[in-house]
Amino acid sequence: MARYVSYRDFDWVLLGFVLLICCLGVMEIHSATMHTKFAGAHVRQVYWVLAGVAAMFVISLVNYQALLEKIHWFYIAGVASLMAVLIFGQKYLGAKRWIKMPGGNHFQPSEWVKLILILAVAKYFADMRQRELSWADFMKAGAIVGVPMLMVLKQPDLGTALTYLPIAAMGVFLGGLQWKQGLAVGLLATVAVAAVFFVPRVHVLKSYQKQRLTSFVDPELDPQGSGYQVEQSKIAVGSGGLWGGKGSQTHGAFLPVPQTDFIFAAFAEEHGFVGALGVLLLYFIVLMRLTQNAQTAPDRAGTFVVMGVVAVLSFHILVNVGMVVGFMPVTGIPLPLMSYGGSSVLFMFLALGMVMNVRMRRFVN
Amino acid sequence: MFGRDEKVSAIRLTAAQYAILGIFLVLAYGLWRLQVMQSDYYSLAAEKNRIRNVPVLAPRGKILDREGRVIVDNYPSFSALLLRDSSRDLAADADLIAQGLHLDPNEVRTRVRRFASMPQYQPIFLKEDITPDELAFIESHRNELPELDTIMVHRRLYPRNGFLAHLIGYVGEVSEDMLNQPQFELYSSGDVVGQSGVERQYNGILMGKNGSRQALVDSHGREVGRLGETDAVPGKQLRLTIDIDLQIAAEEALGDKNGAVVAMDPRTGEILAMVSRPTFDPNSFAVRVSRDEWNKLVTDPDKPLLNKAIQAQLAPGSTFKVIMSVAGWQEHVAQDLHVNCTGGAEFYGRRFGCWVKGGHGPVTLEKAIYQSCDVFFYTLAEKLGIDRIAKYATALGLGQKTGIDLPNEVSGVMPSEEWKIRNFKQKWFAGETISVGIGQGAIAITPVQLLRAISAVSMGGKLVVPHVVNPEGLPQGYIETGHYEEVKNVGIDPEGWNFITDALSRVLLPEGTAPSAHVPGIDIAGKTGSAQVVSLATRARFKNSDDLAQNGWFVGFTPRRNPDIVVCVLFQGGEHGRLAARLATQVIKAYVDKQHRTPQKLVEQPKTDGPKTGGKVDIGALWTVPDSEGDKDGLQAGRFVVNLPKKKMVMAAAAPGMAAQ
Repeated sequence: MARYVSYRDFDWVLLGFVLLICCLGVMEIHSATMHTKFAGAHVRQVYWVLAGVAAMFVISLVNYQALLEKIHWFYIAGVASLMAVLIFGQKYLGAKRWIKMPGGNHFQPSEWVKLILILAVAKYFADMRQRELSWADFMKAGAIVGVPMLMVLKQPDLGTALTYLPIAAMGVFLGGLQWKQGLAVGLLATVAVAAVFFVPRVHVLKSYQKQRLTSFVDPELDPQGSGYQVEQSKIAVGSGGLWGGKGSQTHGAFLPVPQTDFIFAAFAEEHGFVGALGVLLLYFIVLMRLTQNAQTAPDRAGTFVVMGVVAVLSFHILVNVGMVVGFMPVTGIPLPLMSYGGSSVLFMFLALGMVMNVRMRRFVN
Repeated sequence: MFGRDEKVSAIRLTAAQYAILGIFLVLAYGLWRLQVMQSDYYSLAAEKNRIRNVPVLAPRGKILDREGRVIVDNYPSFSALLLRDSSRDLAADADLIAQGLHLDPNEVRTRVRRFASMPQYQPIFLKEDITPDELAFIESHRNELPELDTIMVHRRLYPRNGFLAHLIGYVGEVSEDMLNQPQFELYSSGDVVGQSGVERQYNGILMGKNGSRQALVDSHGREVGRLGETDAVPGKQLRLTIDIDLQIAAEEALGDKNGAVVAMDPRTGEILAMVSRPTFDPNSFAVRVSRDEWNKLVTDPDKPLLNKAIQAQLAPGSTFKVIMSVAGWQEHVAQDLHVNCTGGAEFYGRRFGCWVKGGHGPVTLEKAIYQSCDVFFYTLAEKLGIDRIAKYATALGLGQKTGIDLPNEVSGVMPSEEWKIRNFKQKWFAGETISVGIGQGAIAITPVQLLRAISAVSMGGKLVVPHVVNPEGLPQGYIETGHYEEVKNVGIDPEGWNFITDALSRVLLPEGTAPSAHVPGIDIAGKTGSAQVVSLATRARFKNSDDLAQNGWFVGFTPRRNPDIVVCVLFQGGEHGRLAARLATQVIKAYVDKQHRTPQKLVEQPKTDGPKTGGKVDIGALWTVPDSEGDKDGLQAGRFVVNLPKKKMVMAAAAPGMAAQ
């Protein structure tokens, strides 16, 4: 069986586009952090990308089907690590998201739990016996994602918690969601959101989270906080014009964290509409290439794994770029492959490793 | 039921692809909207974000005296600035800012509100002339209060003790009222402009043009680069016609007494000294004046802000008799007028008294002038009638503005038949003319008007325009000084001119009204005057209160022919003109002394030991004496040891409180 697994079947085109995006990211990190205390971040980002590529090759060798067989152990380990964060986590900027690792590195379990969830959801729906989703299946799928999601929400990290949603949504959709179920979930979600914002005694969201969301609706309410950030981001993007400009918003530190969450704004300011549209096109090519891989997957589980990655990546792009252009509230979700940050880069390459894993085994069976 | 190998619905996968396409189209639209449709708006917003206009303040021009000595200078001082582009909650920080800068928090908020309509990148001045500990507060709170900054400005330094204060005036922040006036339309809120005196009149010359520096700043307000700089154009210096030495003499002469002293060169109209009392310290106005201090100055009954030299309107009293004499001479009435003064006379059924109760006996024009006989001038006034008096008084500039280059000069009143009808819709009563004859009644003049009129008399009718700034140093075609050239000639008959000035020169002699003011060796011609503030009867009702005491006047010039200085003194509550005359002669003496000292050095001081500190000096001399026959001059020689005064006369190097240039 192993003789069929070959790097000839590795998706080099996909990797090419992904690395192209990473390159643009590194260049923008370099430009945005010049003359700041973050100077040199682009070099570290290169190391992270290289480490990510290595991890991708490693994970592509492990048979995903074998991984799926042991997924319940991974799931338990993932939930346990989230628990550990809640108990031993490092508090930083008012939230416990990191565990301090030996060697001085910080590890953010919520990122790799995302990967486990993709596999767990894939496993669950691959094993499902009927064509249409029953309410019981629906609930179970919801619980698989819901438990870690609530724990991440508790950290509190609304942004990352939200990224778990598309995994569940994609799984449920491809798993055979019925119209009435979709309608019911939609209604329930509307009611829940309304409750969070308008019923006084429901404290699901922290006040700053609420404020972020309300200030998105009316930036004038909070010019110093996230409303200010969105305004500065819009100014950065808008002043870029068609062909890009000098990047005064980025270099004048008007743009908050231009190397991470707002890297797309920094890029759009320096390279204009043409450059920003080019990056969006690259992401679109990557996503289309991924869905193509999902279609050619050897089994249902493979399709679910790849589509889970597609869901997370699309959601990240939607929320991050949407925030940068002022369509979405500030949630602290980075732009995958471009934003500076080890956890984010490693997650993306591990997820791509899973995709490669599936692709390389498309002729197996 | 289906097997493990059954594929996922292809339709659903395609649907997911279309959903992704939809997401990307929405995002692309978002970019299009910002970067193409609203690109101009956001480019402007980005510009505003990063460019801050930091004013580069232009120093005001110095004010110098006629010899180039410094009267008004600048000194460096720090002002606290509030930068509004660092996106801070200013209302919340106001308390801390106010505490550190010793301000009222509400004042800070009001100020922020007042400047709210101005561009955000323009800083607001919070407090001027901050103390070292306030400066330290700002420096030590750079991180907590990044919106605070300091700027070095040149602040006005005025002479000490209110020296020349009324003439110089003071500067202050341009008020909203002023901004609405056309002459201030080019100024903007926060500009410091002249508020009175020369500072206001010549603001256009003294005030420089502020420059600005376009600084590239980051979101913390730190300068990260410089885009451009417009240099400040410093204000031009202004040379006054004032002579500091003479001004010092005039200030000292008047001392703490209320009144005014003005000295002028009658040939040119150049004002050499101008004092008004009580005075004020313009240095306290250089920074924003506190409300209490302002109220105190404004409500003070002695009106310290009033420049009495040009703004006090008072009866001239007997000094008006000079004008009466000119009118009488020109109308051929006075030359042959003989009056027997018995201490009073009756006109139009009412008795008018002379100031000498026992009377002057037989009086002619000459005696009437130096003895100031009221009865003579009553008679003269009766014979001339009000309109002929008014004709000469008006020709000599009384009852009208002199055109001096100082703001808010008042015109005074010179009554006439026409004036009475115009203002009171009443006919002039001939009886009213009698009081006018001795400078009482409806007549009201300013010291500078009287000075100008007497100056014209002393010059044979040449009526100059008094001015305090030397037009030579001003820019070409500076309009405001054009009228200096408009010298009118009243045309006084030379014989009458000589007669009147000769009579005036006897005022300070033993037979005159002010012998005590006589200065040996100086030929001063002048006229005293004591003018009632209220009628004698009213004053008696108020138990001869000092507030209602008569004003003493003196106006005089030297020398008698072709004078080079004319001085007018108003001594309010001075009771008699001779006291005013004493003050005037102090000024005249200082002028003559200085003239003797400065231009020609007749005797070179021995360079050897001693003379600087005074003491005995050995000098040789040659002189001639007529011998006994009377026609041959005998040359004699001798050697003398003379005592030089210990204290050397020193001329001022600059106005009090100023460093010499």
